[in-house]
Amino acid sequence: MSADRPAGVGPAPGPAPSTNGRRRRGGGGRREQPVVPDAKFESYYGRPVVKASPWKPDIPTYFFAGGLAAGSSLLGAGADLTGRPALRRVSRVSALASVGVSLYTLVHDLGRPSRALNMLRVIKPTSPMSLGTWSLTAFGPAAGVAAVAELAPTLERRLPEPLRWVARLLGRSARPAGLAAAAVAPMVGTYTGVLIADTATPTWHEGQRELPYIFAASAATAAGGLGMIAAPVAEAGPARRMAAIGAAVDLAAEYRMETSLGIVAETLHEGRAGRLMKASKVLTAAGAVGGIVLGRRSRIAAMASGAALVAGSVCTKFGIFEAGQASAHDPRYTVVPQRQRMERGGSHGAVST
Amino acid sequence: MAECHPVGFQWVTEAKERGARVIHVDPRFTRTSALADTHVPIRAGSDIAFLGAIVNYILSNEKYFKDYVLAYTNASHIIDENFRDVDDLDGVFSGYDAESGKYDPDTWSYAGMTEHAATSGPTSHAEGEDEEQETRQEEQQQQGRQREQQDQDGSRHGSGVSASGEHAESESSRAAAYELGGHGAAMGAKGIRKDETLQDPQCVFQILRRHFARYTPEMVQEVCGVTPEQLLDVCQAVTANSGRDRTTAWVYSVGWTHHTVGIQYIRTAAIIQLLLGNIGRPGGGIMALRGHASIQGSTDIPTLYNLLPGYLPMPMAGQHHSLDAYVEGIASPDQKGYWANARTYIVNLLKAWWGDAATEENQYCFDYLPTLTGDHGTYATVMDMLDDKIDGYFLFGQNPAVGSAHGKMQRLGLARLKWLVVRDFNMIESATFWKDSPEIETGELKTTDIDTEVFFLPAAAHTEKSGSFTQTQRMLQWHHKAVEPPGDCQSDLDFVFRLGQKIRQRLAGSTDDRDRPILDLTWAYETEASGEVSADSVLREINGEFVSGEHAGSALASYQQMADDGSTAGGCWIYTGVYADGINQAARRRPGSEQSWVAPEWGWAWPSNRRILYNRASADPDGRPWSERKAYLVWDEQEQKWTGPDVPDFEPTKAPSYRPDADATGPDALAGDDPFVMQADGKGWLYAPSGLLDGPLPAHYEPQESPFSNAFYSQQSNPAREVFPRRDNLQSPSGDEPGADVFPYVFTTYRLTEHHTAGGMSRFQPYLSELQPEFFCEISPELAAERGLEHLGWATIISPRTAIEARVIVTERMVPLRVAGRTTHQVGLPYHWGVGQDALVSGDSANDLFGVTLDPNVHIQESKVASCDIRPGRRPRGPELLEFVADYQRRAGITTDTGNSRRTPSDSPNAGPRINGSRPRTDRSGTEEA
Amino acid sequence: MKLPFDLPLNQSFEAGPEGPAVDAGWTEPPSRKGFFTDTSICIGCKACEVACKEWNGVPQDGIYELLGSSYDNTGALGASTWRHVAFIEQRKPLGGEQTGVAEPEAGGPPVDLGMPSFSRPGESGQGERSDFRWLMSSDVCKHCTDAACLDVCPTGSLFRTEFGTVVVQDDICNGCGYCVPACPYGVIERREGEPGVKNVGIAQKCTLCYDRLGAGRTPACAQACPTESIQFGDVDELRERARQRIRKLHDAGVTDARLYGADPDDGVGGAGAFFLLLDEPEVYGLPPDPVVTTRDLPAMWKRAAVAAVGLAATAVAAFVGGRR
Repeated sequence: MSADRPAGVGPAPGPAPSTNGRRRRGGGGRREQPVVPDAKFESYYGRPVVKASPWKPDIPTYFFAGGLAAGSSLLGAGADLTGRPALRRVSRVSALASVGVSLYTLVHDLGRPSRALNMLRVIKPTSPMSLGTWSLTAFGPAAGVAAVAELAPTLERRLPEPLRWVARLLGRSARPAGLAAAAVAPMVGTYTGVLIADTATPTWHEGQRELPYIFAASAATAAGGLGMIAAPVAEAGPARRMAAIGAAVDLAAEYRMETSLGIVAETLHEGRAGRLMKASKVLTAAGAVGGIVLGRRSRIAAMASGAALVAGSVCTKFGIFEAGQASAHDPRYTVVPQRQRMERGGSHGAVST
Repeated sequence: MAECHPVGFQWVTEAKERGARVIHVDPRFTRTSALADTHVPIRAGSDIAFLGAIVNYILSNEKYFKDYVLAYTNASHIIDENFRDVDDLDGVFSGYDAESGKYDPDTWSYAGMTEHAATSGPTSHAEGEDEEQETRQEEQQQQGRQREQQDQDGSRHGSGVSASGEHAESESSRAAAYELGGHGAAMGAKGIRKDETLQDPQCVFQILRRHFARYTPEMVQEVCGVTPEQLLDVCQAVTANSGRDRTTAWVYSVGWTHHTVGIQYIRTAAIIQLLLGNIGRPGGGIMALRGHASIQGSTDIPTLYNLLPGYLPMPMAGQHHSLDAYVEGIASPDQKGYWANARTYIVNLLKAWWGDAATEENQYCFDYLPTLTGDHGTYATVMDMLDDKIDGYFLFGQNPAVGSAHGKMQRLGLARLKWLVVRDFNMIESATFWKDSPEIETGELKTTDIDTEVFFLPAAAHTEKSGSFTQTQRMLQWHHKAVEPPGDCQSDLDFVFRLGQKIRQRLAGSTDDRDRPILDLTWAYETEASGEVSADSVLREINGEFVSGEHAGSALASYQQMADDGSTAGGCWIYTGVYADGINQAARRRPGSEQSWVAPEWGWAWPSNRRILYNRASADPDGRPWSERKAYLVWDEQEQKWTGPDVPDFEPTKAPSYRPDADATGPDALAGDDPFVMQADGKGWLYAPSGLLDGPLPAHYEPQESPFSNAFYSQQSNPAREVFPRRDNLQSPSGDEPGADVFPYVFTTYRLTEHHTAGGMSRFQPYLSELQPEFFCEISPELAAERGLEHLGWATIISPRTAIEARVIVTERMVPLRVAGRTTHQVGLPYHWGVGQDALVSGDSANDLFGVTLDPNVHIQESKVASCDIRPGRRPRGPELLEFVADYQRRAGITTDTGNSRRTPSDSPNAGPRINGSRPRTDRSGTEEA
Repeated sequence: MKLPFDLPLNQSFEAGPEGPAVDAGWTEPPSRKGFFTDTSICIGCKACEVACKEWNGVPQDGIYELLGSSYDNTGALGASTWRHVAFIEQRKPLGGEQTGVAEPEAGGPPVDLGMPSFSRPGESGQGERSDFRWLMSSDVCKHCTDAACLDVCPTGSLFRTEFGTVVVQDDICNGCGYCVPACPYGVIERREGEPGVKNVGIAQKCTLCYDRLGAGRTPACAQACPTESIQFGDVDELRERARQRIRKLHDAGVTDARLYGADPDDGVGGAGAFFLLLDEPEVYGLPPDPVVTTRDLPAMWKRAAVAAVGLAATAVAAFVGGRR
């Protein structure tokens, strides 16, 4: 009850404090005032039409980690084939670590973590989450073997003679495993873009044209950035180039998204999401330029640029996530685009007589 | 109706689907209005002016159903020449005694019959008390042991409110307020003078014309805030839809009954329906929506102090010293109709109660019956509690701490009992008042000072017991137990049965005469396998049986089989037949698709399974249908009997042409064209020559508390109303009186679909509580602007009794009305919430705002309208609340006399010139208007 | 028990002509069942909300607080509100109705109702204040022909019943929450709350009383509806009934009457639970042009494929470029 509300005070601007901590009914956006009052726009007491995802920060974290894992395994495979041991080692370990983070966050966000394995009951092409889970299931072990294999030489030295065959086997399986992971990596790094686009959340669904590219590019910048941080300048060339291309594509796709979404694009500019998206652009651009210009000269500069790129990738994933949530909370972003679509004659809507 | 009777409302939507027009007259735009064709907002408490204007329209435009009116109503009857109407006496009828505030109805009666009062039919009785705001029908018992005078100092409970605050007039009002239980002394039917031309100035029809002449559209605008256009629209709709081919029905609820003129509201509707020929015919009638499942049943077999089963009155101390005196008090031997058999009904009741102990010699134990010494209604009883005259109190599914008017008086009364038994589903506020009532917070009560011992006994729900519901159309429907009551839960029937057994065990062997009535009771009921007493066996006792003769032991088939010689017994004569042929007729559930459209084989309706009362009126005087479309009962010449889809409410073989002998009495005296078989003259009463205590005709009076003075005459409010001038029952000034502007707004209370009455069954249920979680007030945007109230903010509503707080709902469903030339605002308050700790949702109780002022006929409180002030913010807490209210009382200059003089003094500001100059000249004589 | 969704490809991007049940792999299923909710005769009694909760054991929703949106205090459909009655007060005429809510002669300027909706007293619509109506409507899961929640469910917990309805299997759902943003109507929701609350952490919504249907009975809400505003039956038959009702209302002058979700060609292939509305859908909190998101999924996968190849190419380029 709201007995704590002082006398004569009208409705609170935001959701009233729910002292007992229970969810306030009617959806979070119940009292949210639309940004620009639109005479044509009508709603039911300003309540959301669609529901925002119940996802916690686990999910954008997973988006980032999954991309990093994918990019890193690609770098690792390339480094392996082109004889860049340091870059290979860094990338393979990074791939394993981030896929670990991915799996943890995925399970942790579930309403019933104990039922995580139910994901493997079926294979559903209509469910990007289903296909994504299966690709992670393929990716994870391969990336794992490849990473652990980096220990093979050490093992071979440490193990007693009768057991060294294990180390040798591990060593020989490193490349195939790495290549296998790399083969699945593009899927792992990209499908998350489809996952969120395949919803009724306005910003995500309207952004379906760009999101796969943004997510793929963001994976490249993150992996490249990490390579620049962890690998010696001499071997980090591919990382720098990968990051540079990724950054270019990322910025281009983000620009296209922001300019093609109409009213929904507001969610990419305003509030927390807006700040995150701005930061992601600045960091990514700075990191890319820094990497190209200074990356080969100064290890310090390379690490700084790399860090900026990784941070930029994080901001991109969180920014897009937040923008989507915000677009779901305000009925304008659901109703207005649908009305416009109907006015354009693109659809006759759900009303008939 | 959609709000409080959603299930019944399905038939309204069905009728609408078939082309019926639905008109909703209500101060608020409700769920009903949302589906109605027309919504007419009206000022609460002004309905008689509105309905009176419809009567006026019908008469002045000759829209009445001439043949029907002439044949079936008392329009042609001549009234005593000494009768004077309210317009002649500035607001009172002839026979008014300003001292006692009571009427001597002698001059109201038919010419040449000064013997006053007569009986009215069962269904016209006790509309009021049948439904207190706490509509789960109360049953109460009290031990009236008078305490020693010195116990009455009131300090025992540290309560500042006690009898010492009571005014002499209030005392007398309570002492002298016994009434005839709706049944007057007898009225002979012989020698009624008539003028079939309806021209005699003293005939009912002409009196009606004069009386309602002043109920003009302008007056309606002035008094009700209803525009002439809206009124005309309603008048045309109602009259156009009445007559030979069509009928109109009226539906009302406590919005009409909870007034100091409640009975007269219904009377006005009855006049309209009689004039339009809408009584006794399909699609006509006046339907009272009751507050809960079986409230009709609890007036038929009453939980009312002044009635016995079947609308027989309680004997009066001093008057009814013998069975004969009692019977003569009900019906004179020479009157028409079925009340002439009153002796049979009471003898059968006494036989049912006292069996073999009831004999001709001992007047069938008539003197076992308690006799009335005065008003023992709910409110009088509560005031007796405050005077420490009551030791114990039973509450059966009633929550007076929240549901009754003047909640504070109720709670303070409970706090002075020695013991209180609460039987309910939940820990209602009436069971926990001693620890969490508002008076604990204000310091008026202190838990440690309250001696009341409270026994809470869990009750079984309707699904956990068998029994009958009697709904508003008098239909009994049996419900079977679905599950056993959980834990200690017990049905009320079983509880009362066991209690009786225990008391009888305690008294066993007693030689004290006063114990005989209990020891001689027939208390042997069958029990079911579960060990509970069988409700079925009780129904059988109510139906009655032959106790001697060849049919001994077999159930009576109808009350016509009852004898007054002790050879038959029946607990409630109007219910006789519900167990005809030894079968529980109320349990019949044949689908409507498998029988006639009247569906006589679904349940059982009293009397004699009639679905439409007075249905003889559905045929013309010659027994032919008024129209094919509305054909119902028809006289079959070949068969020489009445035929139709329903049971005739008439002697089945009495021909339309039948005329009684001069010396015939009772049913035999009813002519073939006397449809109103319960009336002493067999006619429908446009004018009530007797039976009512506040006038033979409805007249508009302002509510006890009103911001407006009476536009019709100086007399402000019902001059016969029961007032209680007590310090704990202060009333606001009204109309033009100084201080009236301190309480400038009208407020009304009502129910929401989501809750039930005082919340005992709903505020403890999460699924219902979440639908309407908080107490709120509904106000118009204009009032919100005027008082600075914000939507969803808090408001404090103040009356002369107390102040409560509520969340504010600003809505265009509340509309300001133009009354007496100025804009008036009404505040809407649902009354479901109460202050306590056990319910899931709680809040201040709207009923705390009301005082106690009663209708004189049935002692119903005026709890649908009063005056208030409203301001933003929450109310003061603790003792400051009392100071806050006291300040309002001071500003309004309120004393115990304020608003409590029944007859408005000529020097009262309200006696000044009428706003619209329409005030009648008090010296005008009746003939001028003739 | 062998459920059809165990087939790897039980779901479709677009339902076939035989209807959703057959499309989902049922052989000779019963006729498709659904609701026709005629809001023109809804009296807002909320019996549907209560009956639904009683039958399905749905916990009390949210907190006991007045929402201030007319008589609606449950706000919206959600994990613990499977039927929701909306109340809309409007300054618009209802065909033929005379409200008598006349333009007041006194009173100050309109006050802010504190509601985000753009209908405050004094500025609600263009009509006179005498034009006033109170709309009530009982909302429910639409049981779409092309159901996004069903399509995106990664566990197969959501499935298409033999009656053509969409139901969550409480014992399979792992609460991934994907169906929540996928629903174009904002119906399905993951139940939050303390551990121990029934089905907490998993997706919940109307089952169209699957258990009652299996026993040949009417869903609880339709059973409880006093005015038959909620009608249950075969979808084909209900659609015809709805068309007749529309004609009748239009003839009666209620020209605002329109059907919502009754058109098999709409964005979700037609709803199994459709409505007769008296105003635009968004006024009731319904999307005017809902589209099942998976309709665009093939195109999305194509772009994803391009992006994936691009990612691989980027990697190759990164190294190849380095060799030069």
